[in-house]
Amino acid sequence: MKLIDFFKRPRTAPVARERLQILLAHERAVSGKSDLIAILQEEIMAVIAKHFPVDSEGIKVKMERGEVVSTLEVEVEIPTPMCPSFPLPAKPAPAEPCAVEAVEAEI
Amino acid sequence: MAKVLVVTSGKGGVGKTTSTAALGAALATAGKNVVLVDFDVGLRNLDLVMGAERRVVYDLINVVQGDAKLAQALIRDKRVPTLSLLPASQTRDKDALTDEGVARVIAELKEKFDWVICDSPAGIERGATLAMRHADVAIVVTNPEVSSVRDSDRIIGLLDSKTEKAEKGERVEKHLLITRFDAARAGRGEMLNVEDVLEILSIPLLGIIPESFEVLRASNLGSPITLNNPVSAPARAYFDAAKRLNGEALDMTIPSDRKGLFGKLFGRRAA
Repeated sequence: MKLIDFFKRPRTAPVARERLQILLAHERAVSGKSDLIAILQEEIMAVIAKHFPVDSEGIKVKMERGEVVSTLEVEVEIPTPMCPSFPLPAKPAPAEPCAVEAVEAEI
Repeated sequence: MAKVLVVTSGKGGVGKTTSTAALGAALATAGKNVVLVDFDVGLRNLDLVMGAERRVVYDLINVVQGDAKLAQALIRDKRVPTLSLLPASQTRDKDALTDEGVARVIAELKEKFDWVICDSPAGIERGATLAMRHADVAIVVTNPEVSSVRDSDRIIGLLDSKTEKAEKGERVEKHLLITRFDAARAGRGEMLNVEDVLEILSIPLLGIIPESFEVLRASNLGSPITLNNPVSAPARAYFDAAKRLNGEALDMTIPSDRKGLFGKLFGRRAA
């Protein structure tokens, strides 16, 4: 170590600044996304709850970000006794809970 | 028109309570009617910093739950007659605070005071979100240090989403208060400088409070720094910040304590 290095303390603030900028850019993107998912989940639940009882645990909203196409997956579970009586396929009904299967949307 | 101000930060130990006491006393000495509300249920400290710890009879939770009238719980400051304190409970937990109860107490305080200053607990849990819930104005207290800046960023996100104003599509007026700033260290590149923090958090600057031993001296005595030593550097910075809150446009300066020869020789060790 040179004598001058001994007296000159390293400038650490620029490192702190750069680390923060990178970290916060990432954290802001993540928290923005999870907020959107939460809003979607709430609004979808409100629409479905108009037609039959469903609790908040029964709705899963997932977003996957791909390079070209991203998908939004919505899965709604309803306890079979609550299921509306629309004609079921000929095959025996699935063991409960019946699921209104995922609607996948491409974004 | 009364204003509700929340002093918040995310991270603990950055100076929320010190700043609440100092700004509240500064606004009150300027003639405003000010009440300081401690939201740190279970870990109250504003009473201690204000030197009112032996005068607490009823607290915020008693008022929220209707066990005491607001007037019974408010503690009038002995030094500044226009300054009052509503302490937090030390024995109960934050779940005793209900949304409706807090809303009712804040509404009642707004009728009596010009400024209702809510001292938020650290963290992003219920206590912190309740403290910011009804705010018109927010002060984000930040130290020039990575963990504090990161947590402040998180709190700014909450101010934009979890407050009553945000839910109505309005904006909470946000201000940054940088505390424990050491201009010499920032100048040497050892500490984030003001521009760095401002660029990262991008909310307007309310003030820069220099690191000073005067702050500890004041809290030892149970007196807000703006009352204990009004000419000290941190007190002058708080007075300026209080004026800006009242809408005055002042040049941003970082006050420093003038040192005599003795102070220059020995001051560094003392600080």
